[in-house]
Parts: sequence; structure tokens; C-alpha cells
Amino acid sequence: MARRRIGRFSRTERAAHWLLASTFFVMLFTGLCLSVSAFEGILDRPTAKAWHLWSAIALVGGLALLALLGNRRSLARSAREIDRFDSDDARWLKGAPGRFISGGAAPPQGRFNAGQKLNSALIGGLMLTMYATGFLLWYGERDTTYRFAGTVMVHDWGTLILMILVAGHLYLAVLHPATRHSLRGMTLGDVDEDWARRHHSKWVEQPEAERVAADRE
Amino acid sequence: MERPTPTPRSGIPFGRAALLGTFAAGIAGIAAAPSVSRFLSKAVPSTGGLGEVLPGIGGGWRIYSVQSPLPTFDPASFELSITGLVEKPRRLRWSEVAALPGVHQTSDFHCVTGWSVDNVRWEGIRAQTIIDLVRPKPSAKFVTLQSLETPYVDQVSLDQFREPNAMLARRQDGKPLTRSHGAPLRLVLPSMYGYKNVKWVRELRFDASPAPGYWEQRGYDVDAWVGKSNGYGA
Repeated sequence: MARRRIGRFSRTERAAHWLLASTFFVMLFTGLCLSVSAFEGILDRPTAKAWHLWSAIALVGGLALLALLGNRRSLARSAREIDRFDSDDARWLKGAPGRFISGGAAPPQGRFNAGQKLNSALIGGLMLTMYATGFLLWYGERDTTYRFAGTVMVHDWGTLILMILVAGHLYLAVLHPATRHSLRGMTLGDVDEDWARRHHSKWVEQPEAERVAADRE
Repeated sequence: MERPTPTPRSGIPFGRAALLGTFAAGIAGIAAAPSVSRFLSKAVPSTGGLGEVLPGIGGGWRIYSVQSPLPTFDPASFELSITGLVEKPRRLRWSEVAALPGVHQTSDFHCVTGWSVDNVRWEGIRAQTIIDLVRPKPSAKFVTLQSLETPYVDQVSLDQFREPNAMLARRQDGKPLTRSHGAPLRLVLPSMYGYKNVKWVRELRFDASPAPGYWEQRGYDVDAWVGKSNGYGA
């Protein structure tokens, strides 16, 4: 019997995700080349710096273009869903460590579970922090009044926290048996309906017209 | 075209709170980081284990080296050679270096990788003291500083060596230089990035012609003015 699949992420959402993922890894690698002595010499400094800065610009520019030319409605829907946490989400978060270790049923979730929403919000906040501190590092080289001892430390701590969040995200998306099916949603756009019903029941049980309309481009 | 029914706005806007809270914490962190880092530096040893991984350990300083382990200073065997185009080349034992007249200054230290440590208190020997000691010949235009850390070397022009706040530092923040900060002697040249501020100095050579230093052979600017080099300003 053919599996029924339902669309989870629009092309615009997927493009935004992969733009973020690819520029993140370029910035991570070039950033390590710029500041960690073990990576020193893999790339010469001007090259590493140029790639680091242009990736940051490509990310912002690309996201702006997607918001301008892509499926704005699907982006707005994602933002709205990530923003809102209800009582199921609170219970989901409380039970998450126990479920991760010993399994068990989770409270019903929407298209994003509470962990995904929290992860997205934290990454959004960290991105703003990295842009602010990154700008100060860049500008401080032109005007030393704006060189603060703490700027690079925050940029570094941000890197460390982002690395931990991304490592956890990669594990859940690629390896963890209960969640790795979701990778398909971010590559091809659709997921297995049975899987979705188990993990994202509030989304699957939405009226179909409402669920599908946002996916149209 | 059909319009989707808007998703019911149930629940609380915790997502934006988490996002903005993280951002606010990050901005506040710029101001708080130096004291947090001082606290962590006391709690976590800066070498080995956590101190190597966690950013900001060491009171804002980061230690870069091109050799492992770091050079060791032995007061009994240390010698500072002052050679090259000078009337009177000298080899000074540590007791003689320690006896040279010194001055105190407070200056900021900037690394080309973006971190800075403000208000570092240095004690050290001014260039003029060295110049009076060995009397460079008129052909001497550069001073090459050779480090105990091989193959680290850098060079400054004689004029840069004579900058009013340049010194060969012996003490930092009231204590003799520590091993990781270049014991027993380092160049302090606050107007230039740290890679010119050679640590573990064992030889000063007065030269007629320029020669690029360790990082300059790897693409960094020879004249490493803070804010006006390595692609910025100028």
C-alpha cells in the first residue's frame, strides 16, 4: 500500500533552512580558522575573513529575498507557530528529558513540537547576538572606540552554544530513531502521514484546507 | 484564491520572549563578559581541560603559541643578547636585565583576532635604555626580536621601537610575567596588534633591512597599527 504523505515545509521554508545551514557551517569553519590556533593556517586570514563576512551578508540578503519573493505566508505561519506555546507545550518540555531516555507518549503537538520551537527561538536570538557582536568586531577594527573586551567573548560563547544546539539538532534529525523521519520534510517537503499523526497530531488533525493552503506557492 | 483560516492564536508568545531574551542576554553579556571571565578564570584553570575549550578564561587574555610546550624561563641560564649593527653588543644575564632601570605604564592590549584587554599595568625597560647600552650604528633601522619560542620572530622599525609607550616588559599587573605571558621579557607596543608584541624575547638584533616576522610571512601586515592595518582604515 502506498504511504500517504502530507506536505510539512514549503519550498520557501526549506530554502531558508538550507541557506541558514550552509552559511552557518561556512561561518563556523572560517570563524574557527580566524580564532582557534588549532585551525590557524588552514585558510589564510584574509580569505577566511572574507568568507566569514560574505556568508553573514549572504544569509541576511538571502532571507530578505525569500521574504520578498518567496512564500511569505508560509514564513509568517512558521513564525506564528514558533512564537506560541500552549499548555501541551509546557508539559512536552517538562517531560522531554524523561522521554528522551526512556521513551513514552508525548503530549499532542502542532507542526513544530515545543523543543523545535524553543530551538528556533534560541537560534533566532543567538543569530541577532552574533550579528550585533560580529558587527562590533568588524566596526571596532575601523574605530577602536567600539572595541570592547566583552564583544569577542560573547561572540565565542554564542558560537559554543550554537554548536551545541546544532549538534543536538543534527542528532535528532539524522540519527535519533523517533525523529529522523522528519529529515524528509526538510529535504523533499513532505512527511509520512502516520508518523506525523504520532508526533504532530494537532497539526495533522487541523482541517485539511487550512493545513494545505499555506503550502501553496 | 482560498485564504487559509488563520491559526488560532492560542497559548502565550513564549517564542518571541525566548528570542528577545537571548538577544538581550547577549547584549548585556558584552558588558558583563569581562567580569564573568575573571570569575571563571579563578574557578577554572586556564590550561588543560575546560580552560582550553571555554571561551574567555584567563581574564580576557588568550594565549597563542607556535610551539608546544611553551618556553620555560630559567633565571640561572637565561641570557638576553643585544646584537647586530651596534657599537657595543651585549649579552646580559637575567640579574643584569633585572637591574636595568624600569618604568611603569598602563595601556590597552589589542589582538588582531578581535579581543582586547584594557588597562594592563606593565613595568619594563624603555627602548632608550637599551639604545644607550649598545649604541646602534647609523645604519641600524630595524630591531628584530627573536623569541625563545621557535621559530617566532618579529621586527619593528627603530622608530616604532622608540614609541613613547613601547617597552620591554618584565612585570604585568604587579607580578613578574608569567610563562604564558612571555616570561621573562616581552615587547609591549600598545599601538600595534599583539603579534608584534613578541613574548619570551631572548635576542634584540639591530638590522639595516626589513625582514617579515612569523605572522607577516603568513599574510599579516608588517606595520600592525591597531585599527589601521590588516585590511582596515589607512
